[in-house]
Amino acid sequence: MSKYFLNYLDELESEAMYVMREVWAQFDNPVILFSGGKDSIVVTHLAKKAFFPSKIPFALMHVDTGHNFPETIKFRDDLIRDLGVRLIVGSVQESIDLGRVAEEKGKNATRNALQITTLLDAIAEHKVDCAIGGGRRDEEKARAKERFFSHRDDFGQWDPKNQRPELWNLFNGKHFEGEHFRAFPISNWTEMDVWNYIDRENIEIPSLYFAHEREVVWRNNSWIPNSEFLLLEESEKIQRKKIRFRTLGDITITGGIESEADTVEKIAQEVSAMRQTERGNRSDDKRSETAMEDRKKQGYF
Amino acid sequence: MLDNNQLLRFTTAGSVDDGKSTLIGRLLYDSKSIFEDQLAAIENTSKQKGHEGVDLALFTDGLRDEREQGITIDVAYRYFTTPKRKFIIADTPGHIQYTRNMVTGASTANAAIILVDARHGVIEQTKRHAFIASLLQIPHILVCINKMDLVDFDEGAYNKVITQFEEFSSKLLVQDIRFIPISALLGDNVVNRSENMAWYLGAPLLHTLETLHISSDINKVDARFPVQTVLRPQSESYRDYRGYAGRISSGMFRTGDEVVVLPSGFTSKIKSLDTFNGELEEAFAPMSISMTLEDDIDISRGDMIVRANNQPEANQDVEVMLCWLHNNPAKPRAKYTIRHTSNEQKAMIKEVVYKIDINTLHRNTEDLKLGMNDICKVRLRTTKPLMIDPYRENRITGSVILIDDATNETVAAGMIV
Repeated sequence: MSKYFLNYLDELESEAMYVMREVWAQFDNPVILFSGGKDSIVVTHLAKKAFFPSKIPFALMHVDTGHNFPETIKFRDDLIRDLGVRLIVGSVQESIDLGRVAEEKGKNATRNALQITTLLDAIAEHKVDCAIGGGRRDEEKARAKERFFSHRDDFGQWDPKNQRPELWNLFNGKHFEGEHFRAFPISNWTEMDVWNYIDRENIEIPSLYFAHEREVVWRNNSWIPNSEFLLLEESEKIQRKKIRFRTLGDITITGGIESEADTVEKIAQEVSAMRQTERGNRSDDKRSETAMEDRKKQGYF
Repeated sequence: MLDNNQLLRFTTAGSVDDGKSTLIGRLLYDSKSIFEDQLAAIENTSKQKGHEGVDLALFTDGLRDEREQGITIDVAYRYFTTPKRKFIIADTPGHIQYTRNMVTGASTANAAIILVDARHGVIEQTKRHAFIASLLQIPHILVCINKMDLVDFDEGAYNKVITQFEEFSSKLLVQDIRFIPISALLGDNVVNRSENMAWYLGAPLLHTLETLHISSDINKVDARFPVQTVLRPQSESYRDYRGYAGRISSGMFRTGDEVVVLPSGFTSKIKSLDTFNGELEEAFAPMSISMTLEDDIDISRGDMIVRANNQPEANQDVEVMLCWLHNNPAKPRAKYTIRHTSNEQKAMIKEVVYKIDINTLHRNTEDLKLGMNDICKVRLRTTKPLMIDPYRENRITGSVILIDDATNETVAAGMIV
């Protein structure tokens, strides 16, 4: 075979760098949506590569639910310092205090849906015209139809039936005042690709992804971590388990799996043998068949 | 996965009845790309709908509206991996009113799967799909003759489709066509070799997809580097650095190469080809790199760097095959924004030469109105020259889109003749 071809990871990397440079060229004030999860970490790493030897020309925007894993916040702050980029925080607690949103009640209450308002407020306040996300098309059926450059109207809403056609690599980011775009450089990556890439590039990720001992409770078919926000039912009891997380979201809704994988290589092996999708442990997606689509239409990540 | 595994993008076009969703479901299922929670959800829905067993077609169900109507409207992307390759499927609807979605899915594909119902043979829709695949210059076409179980796995039915297809496709510009008899429902010749069709000596579909030679799908001859943005780091160690960032569209570049910058025409030599991982001696498509030149030349987004001895044509009058993508029809002599690589200009549709009937390939010179899903040959006039190659030689530097400035919508896609 000729040596003049790229392997699949190099091709995905090159595509993502191309998307990121298009964002920079076509928008005035783009940001990277940074959750502290592996996908946004990979996007940030790709941005570093796309603009080298310049530093990343975007600010990182974090929507802080207040229900964080402490590890995520420390990781975020260290990364910001290393990269020398600006951090913008949108606070859900502030949205609640200002009366913009009301807290959900009950055992399964989460701040997941409340993030939408905080995110859209932060986008408007900072005049962001493109928010780069780590969304992947393999994650969920509503995301399978997402564009690289995805239009949001002046209410921040997504109209999946009326998306701009996206041919070749010709992206159209033209928009009117008040509208914005979401850009998804790793659209074509799968969970497996992300892990293989993290392994290959030696990318640092939060310790939560590795197997560790933790206090947890069994709920909705996964291990929910104990935290100050957890409301226990009578029948539920706290146990100590060796677990790791496949995705990182709110501490209240992110379930862990029992695992011994304590290196990226072992995680990649474990993921390749997995028979459940990664969002199977996210109770935010389990609320209905079209939970993701419904949230995305309103402006969700 | 191995380090030299490649990525193959393919498109499928089909309507509700020809088994497209079942075929994709079968590929995902038999290659073990479906997870237990997805399978459980599908089993549930199958039961609710009163289907026997698991309806594989449900794996490709998409948005709420599509689920309710039971059809694919938009392009949906799906992924699976085998030990040999990573695959991206652009799953598109097959009806004529969704031509624009088929064109979109086809624009980046290495291969197209065209489904033919063995009972019905080549029909209008088959021709349409084959035409779109050839128009978008998809390098490999795999004609899957499906539902062989319903014609008793008869070799004659298979041969008849081949004859019909070849009669028609001789008028098209297609490099590589293969025919595979399958039953998506039962799995014959999809992943596993069919025991019911011993007369078929070729490879099953998945094996064919795994071994298609795709390295030559990219133009390796004509070195083209459209500049996306200029990198000027504000740091001590890179004080005078001026890097041109972009993705190589085709061909390759080496340090020391004599290059010319278009449209200015200034010449220089490549000083370095930079990446985060270090300098490269040579770089080739589709790598994203940063290029520096020996001379200080004014270069910005929209310029193209090419080798001095192999240049694209600079032209303000461009003939394209234009596919109209929007509900609002084309306005004669109106100005649109045209995007070609990273270059953006204004363009006017000067003349519609003919409209193609995509079922018969007949050229209509009477009805020249350009509405949604129409494909016409047109003459465009741009405000400044574009640096173009014919689409059949270069899918990146041979393609354009038109944007309506009043709505900001992408209204048309064009392939340069």
